[in-house]
Amino acid sequence: MSYSLVHDPLSIFFLIVIAVVSIPSLVHAVGYLKGHGRAEKNRVFWALCAIFVASMAAVVSSGNLLFFLFAWEAMSLASYLLVVFDHEDEGALRAGTVYAIMTHAGTACIIAAFMILYNHAGTMEISQLKSACASMPDSSKNLVFVLLLAGFGAKAGIVPLHVWLPLAHPQAPSPVSSMMSGVMVKTAIYGFLRFNVQILGSGPAWWGGLVLVLASVSCLIGVIYALMEHDLKRLLAYSSVENIGIILLGIGAGMVFEGMGLPALAVLAMTAGLFHLANHAVFKGLLFLCAGNIYKATGLRNIEELGGLAKRMPWTAGAFLAGAMAISAIPPFNGFVSEWLTFQAFFLGAMNATDGAVILFGLLAAVLAFTGGLAAYTFVKAYGITFLAAPRGKAAASAKESPLSMTIPVISMAVLAGAMGLGSSWLIPIIKNCASCATGIDASGIQLAFNNFSLALPETAGPAISVPFLTLAIAGILLVVLLCARLFTPNTKTRPCITWNCGYYHNDSRNEYTATAFSKPFRLVFGFLLLPFRKKEKEWATRYNVRSFKYEVHTTPIFDKYLYDPLLNLTLVMARYTRRMQTGSIHIYIAYIALAIIVLLIAAGVR
Amino acid sequence: MEYLLLIIQALVMILAAPLLAGYIRKLKNDLRMRKGAGVLQNYRNLSKLLKKDRMRSTQCSWIFNAAPYLVFSVMAFACALVPAVPGMLRSVGIGDFLLLAFLFAFARFFTALAGLDAGSAFGGMGSSREMFISSFAEPALILAVFAAGLSAGTMDFATAGALGMPSLSVILAASAVFLVALAESGRIPIDNHETHLELTMIHEAMVLEYSGSHLALIEWSSGVKQILLLSFLAWIIPPYAGVAGGGADEFAVAVAVYVTKLLALGALVALTEVSMAKMRLLRASDFLGFAFSLAAFALVAFSLGW
Repeated sequence: MSYSLVHDPLSIFFLIVIAVVSIPSLVHAVGYLKGHGRAEKNRVFWALCAIFVASMAAVVSSGNLLFFLFAWEAMSLASYLLVVFDHEDEGALRAGTVYAIMTHAGTACIIAAFMILYNHAGTMEISQLKSACASMPDSSKNLVFVLLLAGFGAKAGIVPLHVWLPLAHPQAPSPVSSMMSGVMVKTAIYGFLRFNVQILGSGPAWWGGLVLVLASVSCLIGVIYALMEHDLKRLLAYSSVENIGIILLGIGAGMVFEGMGLPALAVLAMTAGLFHLANHAVFKGLLFLCAGNIYKATGLRNIEELGGLAKRMPWTAGAFLAGAMAISAIPPFNGFVSEWLTFQAFFLGAMNATDGAVILFGLLAAVLAFTGGLAAYTFVKAYGITFLAAPRGKAAASAKESPLSMTIPVISMAVLAGAMGLGSSWLIPIIKNCASCATGIDASGIQLAFNNFSLALPETAGPAISVPFLTLAIAGILLVVLLCARLFTPNTKTRPCITWNCGYYHNDSRNEYTATAFSKPFRLVFGFLLLPFRKKEKEWATRYNVRSFKYEVHTTPIFDKYLYDPLLNLTLVMARYTRRMQTGSIHIYIAYIALAIIVLLIAAGVR
Repeated sequence: MEYLLLIIQALVMILAAPLLAGYIRKLKNDLRMRKGAGVLQNYRNLSKLLKKDRMRSTQCSWIFNAAPYLVFSVMAFACALVPAVPGMLRSVGIGDFLLLAFLFAFARFFTALAGLDAGSAFGGMGSSREMFISSFAEPALILAVFAAGLSAGTMDFATAGALGMPSLSVILAASAVFLVALAESGRIPIDNHETHLELTMIHEAMVLEYSGSHLALIEWSSGVKQILLLSFLAWIIPPYAGVAGGGADEFAVAVAVYVTKLLALGALVALTEVSMAKMRLLRASDFLGFAFSLAAFALVAFSLGW
């Protein structure tokens, strides 16, 4: 096995993304681990993190198939051990088991695909695979494509292979969650880009179409389940599923455009997808680290018991607000630019397409818009219930701001998210190079940035949008408005009062809205998908007086219930059936051996 | 030079927003055979609010104070985006239809957070309902914007030519945008401006805790949002009058056409409001789903060349 490395723009882009997310997460871990467990165990944590980050870097820069697999497996094992790090928590072991099974099933698909590639190409070097695979028969190419999609999809969290994400990411310690959600799922996208897009090249139209369908479903399912969650980290994990869908929408559109013979649009769509990948790494990492701050300060992940943290943890609140705005695609943060670019890619595709494809791109834009709207809904809920109004419990009331080692990483990532949005016109040409490296299209003639301050679109004259300009304009108008408000309202004061509660002045946190209630309208309208059910428990003091009433609302996890549980049951039934072969009687076992030898002798003799 | 025109247009739109809201209210009152207040009442309301103190709950964070200013600034900026006269802002590349949708999202995000900030059940309820409705309104709006942009050739306001002949695609897209405009500006059948009853409030519930100059800014911003949506609709629907050359009389005709379209659309909104009852909240998704299907049909019509 050779340890060769690849040095093209695609690898370096991913290395930068890994570094940008891992460094703040590891700094955060310093503060997170204080008081979190025994010192000897925490030493193991650092060793595992080192292996984890090193293996991720190796995955995105390995130049050899076997080295890639070795690094991939090291990454999976290190992250498994980190997921079950808090093994005293009984959810952690189950989460770890599901994660280990799914990631190994995915790795098995990847190994099968690599074996087919090696069988055909005769070499393990990634740089030589592209030319060697040009002459692969179509059926092998299709098989490799599907296997790699399944394998990398399991790691990325594409629906229906996403079930491990909402189990594993919340259980891991927060710095690890931020690295897993921010970077590890991106290495799967790297694998997809490297092998499916670059090496296999452009294939039949259904490849791009399949990616787009899976991406759309992931977007919608991810965000719908994120909206229903009231565990902060599970909410963020489902939101990762959604954003992987958005990234794949861009990448799938790029594949479709390449097949349609529209190279400029293919580069645009790929750039949008890659930029969203970088953006998601930054703001999802930021959000998970903030969740870690909240967990350390209050001991809680359930947002129904939080509240009022904006006054008690101002820096974390500010950083979380930046992350929430970025993920809801609010200008001028980075999420806005990448979603805007994805929409533009779809629009230009619809302009250049014929009949059916016009409707396809329109529907994809509608899917992205629906996802964006629901993401904003989710993060208004997440930020509003956690940080605003009054605390809903003692733990939240006694929360204090996290130490510097935990606040500085989140503030710096929030500033980075804003800077990536403002400086997007400077970053886009760099990402365009990575996109052109991935697709193999020469992008030197395609202009995506008009100058350092505005973005342009291919085949249009002039700038299309300027994020710094709009930020400055809004800031300027804000100053003017503040000035006018001061000028036109002399002699008025801001007086403190109690929140209006229809005249009742016993105001406590019970009057506030809850997270479950916040998402209820959606839960009712989408009841056909979410299948909500209630559990009620009433305790009677006397025949007519209720002492306590416990009410729980749950949504049915349809993938677990209708897809995975039947598969698991089938496996167990088959296992129970074949167990009849093992009777425990040694005479039967000797008879099996004799039978096997006779069958082999006959088979050898026939040949 | 174009920047000066932009600023003038933005100022005129901002100042005219209460007038449009007053005109729609006067028309509704006339249709209901009531006397009602005059068209300039909104200006009197705003100046009355500016003289009052601002009440702020002790539970609020900085978002409560900041939201009115942020929302107003963003809406004021958006006024510079939608050209009242097509072709007026030919070479200024600030943004396009999509940026308008994203700016509305910004305003909605902060208003919803401010609703949750006061810690009352009304605010949370208003925020929840507003975000629910907007999550259905956005795909309908963006799909309709797509269809309109496809007919215009581009989504950029500055470079889009006048739409030319009205096609079935544009008419369907305009109907979809009208329904979404009803939802986004809080008109019946989605929301009711005139009431403060728990069952019937959405936008009013979110801003229930605001008073004084904060409330003035919030009310003004919702008026600006309404005039923006109707201006965008006026941009799409025929008859199309733009400035191709630079003639002053061409400009005057274009402005007159714009104002007429705005008044006609306002009348249509008033008519819709008095002829229907407010829908149950959970039916709002059906209403916006209908807008979405209109937009999807607009796309199909475009692909067929109609």
